[in-house]
Amino acid sequence: MLSASIAKKVAMALSGLFLVFFLAQHFTINITSVIDPDTFNEWSHFMGTNPLVQFVLQPILIFGVVFHFIMGIIIELKNNKARQKGYAKYAGNKNSSWASRNMIISGAVVLAFLGLHFYDFWVPEMIYKYVEVNEALESRYYPELVHKFEDPIRVLIYVVSFVLLMFHLWHGFSSSFQTMGWNNKFSKGLQGFTKVYAIAIPAGFIFIALYLHFNQLSH
Amino acid sequence: MKLTLKIWRQKNASAKGAFKNYNVEDVDGDMSFLEMLDVLNADLIDKGEEPVEFDHDCREGICGSCNLQINGRPHGPKRHITTCQLHMRSFNDGDTIVIEPFRATAFPVIKDLVVDRSAFDRIQQAGGYISVNTSGNTIDANSIPVEKENADEAFNSATCIGCGACVAACVNASAMLFTSAKVSQFALLPQGEVEASRRVMNMVEQMDKEGFGGCSNTGACYIECPKDISLENIARINREYLKASVES
Amino acid sequence: MSNFKAHIPTGPLSEKWTKHKNEINLVNPANKRNIDVIVVGTGLAGGSAAATLAELGYNVKTFCYQDSPRRAHSIAAQGGINAAKNYQGDGDSTYRLFYDTIKGGDYRSREGNVYRLAEVSANIIDQCVAQGVPFAREYGGLLDNRSFGGVLVSRTFYAKGQTGQQLLLGAYSAMNRQINRGKIQPFNRHEMLDLVIVDGKARGIIARDLVTGKIERHSAHAVVVASGGYGNVFYLSTNAMGSNVTAAWKIHKRGAYFANPCFTQIHPTCIPVSGDHQSKLTLMSESLRNDGRIWVPKKKEDAEAIRQGKLKPTELSEDERDYYLERRYPSFGNLVPRDVASRAAKERCDAGFGVNKTGEAVYLDFASAIMRYGKEQAAIEKIDNPSDAKIKELGKKAVENKYGNLFQMYEQIVDENPYETPMKIYPAVHYTMGGVWVDYNLQTTIPGCYAAGEANFSDHGANRLGASALMQGLADGYFVLPYTIGDYLADDIRTGKISTETPEFEEAEKNVRQRLEKLANNNGTKSVDHFHKRLGKIMWNKVGMSRNAQGLKEAISEIKELREEFWKDVRVPGDMDEMNQELEKAGRVADFLELGELFAKDALHREESCGGHFREEYQTEEGEAKRDDENFMYVAAWEYKGEPSEAVLHKENLDYENIEVKTRSYK
Repeated sequence: MLSASIAKKVAMALSGLFLVFFLAQHFTINITSVIDPDTFNEWSHFMGTNPLVQFVLQPILIFGVVFHFIMGIIIELKNNKARQKGYAKYAGNKNSSWASRNMIISGAVVLAFLGLHFYDFWVPEMIYKYVEVNEALESRYYPELVHKFEDPIRVLIYVVSFVLLMFHLWHGFSSSFQTMGWNNKFSKGLQGFTKVYAIAIPAGFIFIALYLHFNQLSH
Repeated sequence: MKLTLKIWRQKNASAKGAFKNYNVEDVDGDMSFLEMLDVLNADLIDKGEEPVEFDHDCREGICGSCNLQINGRPHGPKRHITTCQLHMRSFNDGDTIVIEPFRATAFPVIKDLVVDRSAFDRIQQAGGYISVNTSGNTIDANSIPVEKENADEAFNSATCIGCGACVAACVNASAMLFTSAKVSQFALLPQGEVEASRRVMNMVEQMDKEGFGGCSNTGACYIECPKDISLENIARINREYLKASVES
Repeated sequence: MSNFKAHIPTGPLSEKWTKHKNEINLVNPANKRNIDVIVVGTGLAGGSAAATLAELGYNVKTFCYQDSPRRAHSIAAQGGINAAKNYQGDGDSTYRLFYDTIKGGDYRSREGNVYRLAEVSANIIDQCVAQGVPFAREYGGLLDNRSFGGVLVSRTFYAKGQTGQQLLLGAYSAMNRQINRGKIQPFNRHEMLDLVIVDGKARGIIARDLVTGKIERHSAHAVVVASGGYGNVFYLSTNAMGSNVTAAWKIHKRGAYFANPCFTQIHPTCIPVSGDHQSKLTLMSESLRNDGRIWVPKKKEDAEAIRQGKLKPTELSEDERDYYLERRYPSFGNLVPRDVASRAAKERCDAGFGVNKTGEAVYLDFASAIMRYGKEQAAIEKIDNPSDAKIKELGKKAVENKYGNLFQMYEQIVDENPYETPMKIYPAVHYTMGGVWVDYNLQTTIPGCYAAGEANFSDHGANRLGASALMQGLADGYFVLPYTIGDYLADDIRTGKISTETPEFEEAEKNVRQRLEKLANNNGTKSVDHFHKRLGKIMWNKVGMSRNAQGLKEAISEIKELREEFWKDVRVPGDMDEMNQELEKAGRVADFLELGELFAKDALHREESCGGHFREEYQTEEGEAKRDDENFMYVAAWEYKGEPSEAVLHKENLDYENIEVKTRSYK
């Protein structure tokens, strides 16, 4: 079913769009940590305890991530095979953006970051909730979050990863519409939106990380 | 002007090739790039060496034969022209120019700078036509009006010369711009709409089979396309493909 | 040879083709499966013939030297294709197209053939539209037309400046359909190097695989040669670098007569030569003459100053310019036929009025068209009292819409902006009306061997009208040859597969091999191009736009000498059994060196001026061509006898029953 190159690309685009949507949702919750820790705790608690979120949306999300990642690798491998002998001189920067040519690199960095992210938040959370079966304490989220951003190295890793995510989104978000055949008079406006989104959301995450880091230093 | 050329030489398909440096002198700005290579070849023949083989024919930018990767770009540094339309006034005295064949697994090198682009023919054979008999008993040409916008757009898509620059430029060596141009031309005309689904499925299948990479929308293809074939064609083939997949 | 009969059907002109189609033999579909046809050349004529033959059920093998049929030089035709559709309601008809073609050809073509051509022209458009050829359309969705040099109606269909490309891709797509069905087996990067005749009939070819160098035998029940024209005998022409006479010349050497080789068309609107490095010439569509005005300075001193770069053309006032076509031909003006326009340009340049470094260029000026369109546009946009600058701006936009791509191409090559300064143009060899002699069925004097498109001589007489080459190529390929060939093949239904293991194939292969070996092992000192350029110089100077007996005699002996020198001193690097472009070229130039001599011989024998053939001895007092219908109203068909000088002339007299033969006048 996904044997044709176009089918693979469409699958990639759809899973990518899903992740873009998820990113917006994730950002919305996180930004509350800067505005009002109580709201952050409340929303996080809801997400962490609601069975629909936990047992339906969370698996879908994980599937989406894994799918996007595996499909990306498959497509990359196939594309690499299409040019086994490379050019001695290749002026790719003259005809396309770095971001568009290196989705695998930006993607890999984001993936590595996800690993760290899971290690930082998701794994402890799972252990806390389902292995140790601790009490669902609504107030614990914010302090945990703040604690993670104490380490400047970790913050640096976060910042770099989100810059790479910017590149990934810069090309990927707008490109997904082209892949699904959407190229018409509205595309230009949409392109603008995707570019703004590609910068704004990762920049927002970076802001949160820096804010939390420097905020606690000043205390 | 004087130039140094760094040219890929390869005896035949199975030989291992390598770059070789050549110096050319007395290059005139009014010469075309291929005429400059003619000068080099005349010189090589005089010296008893084998000339550099490269594909070329009409030398007016329409046959699509010429296909050199010049300083890392198909058809050289200028937009919307083929190699044969590139003139030496685009270079400076003392320049070193790297000349390579188009690189793609689906375009194996035959000799020196000559590559085999028959994969393109096979993609067309898989469905790049309207199944109408040529024996002359068709309906009057004006019996099916075609919206001018669509006719013009179909024409624009149909101006592809099949040179392969899109493949050569693409980081994935994808043939999507080429394939989509033909699919678009017919999809935009009422005559071609009838078998649009079959066409797109078969052509994409063949394209994949030939070993071209997938499209990742870098846009390099249309920047390097000498005929300015638009990226909208790729959106259209995607759309046509999805439509056909849902229908079948 | 007994096959030198035109076989034009009897009866009234307008019924000949229908009657003929009704009377000729047909091959039953079941039997077509057992018949093989070889088509050499895959341009408009070859590609369309191959597609239709395959569709009818024959097994077709196509051969082309390019890496794909889509690259045949038909692709470069810009302007358009004529068809007597009369969509514009301007009085066009089959008869008028027929009449224009005969007149344009200066009464040196066959009535029967030309009428058929005009008759099937309308079908071509239907066919191509059905195939998805994106012709230009009007807002109402119907097809658009334009007018072209030498005629008074708008009957030219076009696809911007790429009509040839679109039509060729149409034929190519029809071929692809048949390749996909397994009915055509394509042999690309293959060159036909000899014809094999068995029992007096064409039964196959010897071809060289240009990738591996392998010499191959291919058999068939009939062979169609659609390999294009021989303009490259001039070295510089608008033909593709690879365009050659080889296939046509090989069949000529095997017995096919070669007709009217001296009828060559020189196209008036090409980009002038810029220097010695020039490898080919670029044509710009004749449609430019619809709006461009051709001129040179009135005073020689001005021309001289322009050549030296001391004066700019835009600095000359209207009074100082000589719009010589408008002056000499008031009714047709800049739209006179190609030969007339070309000669007039040469005449001015020879008289010292040329305007580029080499003195071989005239101006094609769009300044007045820009102003005219600008005013029209201003009126449309309801701008009151527009300034000159505004008019110019609007006009430029209008001109850009019409000729944008041509202007761009010009600027690309010449590095001058044609919106600001007039273009420079000069005539160049473009098309060859002469070619392999064929009868009404397009069969050569060798039974089973056919010639179509530019490769044959049939329809254009001594001069071809604009937008008629595409028409003829497709007419031959789609609508004529596939039927007429059946008449011959009907006798072959029981022949069965033709074996390639016969002495005839053996002999032909040996012949080819020896010649290639000779070229590859010659160890001379000069390159193929060296000889080709010298041949071109002789042809252009002495057998070009205007010719005289003395020059032609000199050309004949010079070409002969050059040929001998070629065989002694040519150097072909590389080997036979690999890709070797120099070896390919060498074989083609060797053939041009023979054809060139026959060409000059034909020009010498034709003691008259007609169409593209202009003999200085035969002109009116005003310098116009003077035909001699009394003595030369015939097709000169040459039979090969070993050396071009020994070729024997056969005459096919031309009868005009439906047209009154007049002096061609465009005044």
